Amino acid sequence: MKGIFVDFDALFGHLGQHTVDGLSKGSIYALVALGYTLVYGVLRLINFAHSEVFMIGTFTVVGTWSVLGATDSPAIGTVILLLLAGLVAAAAVSGATAVAVERVAYRRLRRMNAPPLIFLITAIGLSLVLSEAFGIWQGRLVKGMPTVIERSVLFTIGNTEVTNVQVITVLAALIMMFGLDVFINRTRYGRGVRAVAQDPDTAALMGVNKDRVIALIFLLGGLLAGAAALLYCVRYGNTRFNVGFVLGLKAFTAAVLGGIGNLRGALLGGLLLGVVEVYAATLTSSAWEDVAAFVVLVVVLLFRPTGLLGESLGRARA
Amino acid sequence: MSDTEDLVSLPESEAPTRTDLLVVDHVTLRFGGVVALDDVSFEVRRGEILGLIGPNGAGKTTCFNAMTGVYRPTSGEVRFDGDRVSGRKPHQINRLGIARTFQNIRLFPEMTALENVMVGTDSQHFTSVPGALFRLYRKRPKPEELPVVDSHNGLVRAWQQTRLVFAKVFGISRHTLEERAGEQKALALLRFVGIADRANELARNLPYGYQRRLEIARALATEPKLLCLDEPAAGFNPAEKEQLLKLIRDIRDKGYTVLLIEHDMRLVMGVTDRIVVLEFGKKIAEGTPAEVRDNPKVIAAYLGVPADAS
Repeated sequence: MKGIFVDFDALFGHLGQHTVDGLSKGSIYALVALGYTLVYGVLRLINFAHSEVFMIGTFTVVGTWSVLGATDSPAIGTVILLLLAGLVAAAAVSGATAVAVERVAYRRLRRMNAPPLIFLITAIGLSLVLSEAFGIWQGRLVKGMPTVIERSVLFTIGNTEVTNVQVITVLAALIMMFGLDVFINRTRYGRGVRAVAQDPDTAALMGVNKDRVIALIFLLGGLLAGAAALLYCVRYGNTRFNVGFVLGLKAFTAAVLGGIGNLRGALLGGLLLGVVEVYAATLTSSAWEDVAAFVVLVVVLLFRPTGLLGESLGRARA
Repeated sequence: MSDTEDLVSLPESEAPTRTDLLVVDHVTLRFGGVVALDDVSFEVRRGEILGLIGPNGAGKTTCFNAMTGVYRPTSGEVRFDGDRVSGRKPHQINRLGIARTFQNIRLFPEMTALENVMVGTDSQHFTSVPGALFRLYRKRPKPEELPVVDSHNGLVRAWQQTRLVFAKVFGISRHTLEERAGEQKALALLRFVGIADRANELARNLPYGYQRRLEIARALATEPKLLCLDEPAAGFNPAEKEQLLKLIRDIRDKGYTVLLIEHDMRLVMGVTDRIVVLEFGKKIAEGTPAEVRDNPKVIAAYLGVPADAS
């Protein structure tokens, strides 16, 4: 009989393993989710073009590595060099793309006080333009890249094997999250961002340069998406012109799950979504992971319409 | 849009007079068919407290918004210290030296009182975004700027020691120094307006009177030449009004010029040097409090008697 085959043994037999795997998957969601949440927190705008900012980051990594002549599992010094170069290049290109998106597409609309729907349609259109442009330029097939980090087990807890890639992914996400948190809560620009999120007009009258704050949040979102792109390349080893679509959707879901506009919510939502997906894939088959992800979203929003940690960037304070 | 940006950089043809800080020059403002301000002219002189009064709906707040660049006059212009105000962005107007408070309090509700004021002090700081992100621009600290080691808890003390050594070796970032300076200045301002005891409370949790004072502190933090107060005494009892009067005088004595919008006549009479009276968008009187008080047009406007009834 055909039906949903639920394999509890597969899940609970290796619960730790799947949790670690889910966390590392979720870290990438979380980093991209931060970009959605930052922009939403300040502009109340869902920047669908953010997924393409991520996609461009992955292609930047591919390009950088091929320029540097990366090969499969090189020496440790080369690995570090490749990772750093990939991070810097992807963050720079993604950051620049995000800022350019704001300049080209949104700033004029803001000046004209366009209604929210116009922003949304612009965002979707821009997302399509960018991804299709890469489809034409880079081809529509999956693009492979050298396996820079050979997956190996770093340590074992019980029957849970933790790999180097998982450790790097989760650590990198946590460090960047921490840095962003400090930046938003303890620097003059972070204060500016929170002020604009809470009351843009008043903030401007108190000397905050609104355009600069908005460019800044796009830049920060882009930098984080670039970092996510590197981690994605390390984890999956391939990319494609439309890689941003599903990942962007998941990251957006993660942001809503945690409470869109809330930085810590994005982290929580991302990690949770990653774990749920891996659990669901283990219980049934990977065909069901997307279903599970969105079912969790629907259920959470039924009980907490503003997401797990509530919304508003202004409230996301220490 | 493009024409306004050109205007910003144009040199002012008219040389600023020494005494006039802000000049409202034949300003008319229409919203569709409604004339909110009709050919209003007056000036704010350096170091004075000018009252802008009028019955409800007279156009006081509209006038205020035109002066602070929220609205752009349909005709006429507002000049501040010789520079044209309209056409600039709000933060540029703030940087010119105009700061304001709001009739309906508009604090940043989810920030502490101290942070609210620091948003104001931030406008005076220079750390760049990379500077705040990476803290690479470092200065050798003066002895009094070094982190203190004063805890008796071993762990905390070790952490303080580490920070001290770190600061000695790598210096202190300009961002950190500016943050501290901003915090000190913000605290001083909170003390000045008398609410320093609740500096670390969220603005939305502060009592009403504190919120009003916090708005004043935040506006002062941007180091304005002109402080505009929009009905600062609204909702105050007589004792609180008296304290507020004292505060406004203290502010003037510190060298600020104050523009005060108010419809409480007694408050305005007690504190202002000069008064401008608006009614239905027109200026109907201007002069010292005594002159204005005896002006039949003003009496008529406030008591509802037609001015030309005699």
